[in-house]
Amino acid sequence: MQDVALALLAKEPSHGYDLRRRLVAALGPLGETLNAGQVYVTLTRLEKAGLVVQEREDAPVRGPRRKVYALTAAGQERVAAWMAEGAGARADVTEFHLKLVAAAESGLADPLALVDARRRELIRSLAEAQHAALAHDTNSEAGLLLEGIALRLQADLRWLEACERTWSARAPRGKGGGKG
Amino acid sequence: MSRDSRRIRGRSQRRGTDDSPLAGPSSRQPGEASGPVLRAVGLSRAYGQDESLVRAVDGVDLDVPAGQALAVTGPSGCGKSTLLQLLGGLDRPTDGEVWLGGRRMDHLGERALARLRRRAIGFVFQSFHLMDELTAAENVELPALLAGASPRTARNRAAGLLDRVGLADRARHLPSELSGGQRQRVAIARALVNEPLVVLADEPTGNLDSAATHDILRLFDELRAAGQTLVMVTHDERVAATADRVVSLRDGTLADDTRLDGGGTTRLGSLLNWEG
Repeated sequence: MQDVALALLAKEPSHGYDLRRRLVAALGPLGETLNAGQVYVTLTRLEKAGLVVQEREDAPVRGPRRKVYALTAAGQERVAAWMAEGAGARADVTEFHLKLVAAAESGLADPLALVDARRRELIRSLAEAQHAALAHDTNSEAGLLLEGIALRLQADLRWLEACERTWSARAPRGKGGGKG
Repeated sequence: MSRDSRRIRGRSQRRGTDDSPLAGPSSRQPGEASGPVLRAVGLSRAYGQDESLVRAVDGVDLDVPAGQALAVTGPSGCGKSTLLQLLGGLDRPTDGEVWLGGRRMDHLGERALARLRRRAIGFVFQSFHLMDELTAAENVELPALLAGASPRTARNRAAGLLDRVGLADRARHLPSELSGGQRQRVAIARALVNEPLVVLADEPTGNLDSAATHDILRLFDELRAAGQTLVMVTHDERVAATADRVVSLRDGTLADDTRLDGGGTTRLGSLLNWEG
């Protein structure tokens, strides 16, 4: 959550209400469980850690005043590190999805490059799982576990195909309108 | 005679002194300084023209070194089967070059191309393509006979290969008496009978259940260990992950090229959630 909030702030300084709106847009029904309080708590923690700073206060015509947060230099460093780090084979779908959204919004990374890097990571893990599976009897306990791991990695790889299609249709460098 | 055709002849001479299919192509080691076994340069295949022009394969450059198992993946319609057909001389490129064993093959005449295909390339297809009226052994022998082997040599090689793929006891069965996985193993034995420079496989496990898929992948692993160069097209990530290298095709162009070293378990270890 902290990393995602930071990455969304990398695009432009923003207030908690707006951050929540963007998160909900990216998360769909999963975002409905996200309440405004969680976003404000996260922002307060990030401020204490010196990663964001309150830039100004907006006073809308109606409604309460809103604190507008911006990244500090340390915050920018952390976002860049988060974008660059591999997600690891265990990473869940939502985190990677938010990373793509944040990468595209902030312009800090090319979503397609992230997809490519993740695909390599997953296929290498799958290679290990498959080689181990071939060395074990399918009906053994080890073989059963390896089957489960391989199926999960395969599902992740198939989802990446969908990520690639969607983000390449949006990206400026993308070859949208493929012939496939 | 060119240096390249001597290379191929050199192989057949070696074959003459060594009748055993079990010996395998062990003289070809990965890293051998003889250049790639298979090479594509700017390879393209387009269909139709003007408005309806479809570039099924669009400027592919690819080197497959000796002993490598290469998987070509991508969504359906990405051009991967067309690429395999071009690499195997089953289709002609509209542009670019294909080299096999140092010899350019895309502009050979039909007869020379058919001859090269028969001697130097083994094909494995999704739907096996066995001759229904021939036994397993006869199916395996046939390409050897067509390539000029004596009936005795063909018979010996077929028997050895069927043993190698675990079907020695099914040699006299017709394809209709075999399971899908067994039929594909016969097809693989057939692909190997002329000790090809490269085996090209198009969705080799596409019609098989998961147990038979495992058998086929194990067999490919053994072939690779024996130094056989292998190119397979697959949409199945699990099949691709057993290769040494995976290239992804998108809209007829190479989008990614990843080398795998599947032997380890470090990544698997990180999947475990030990919190003690």
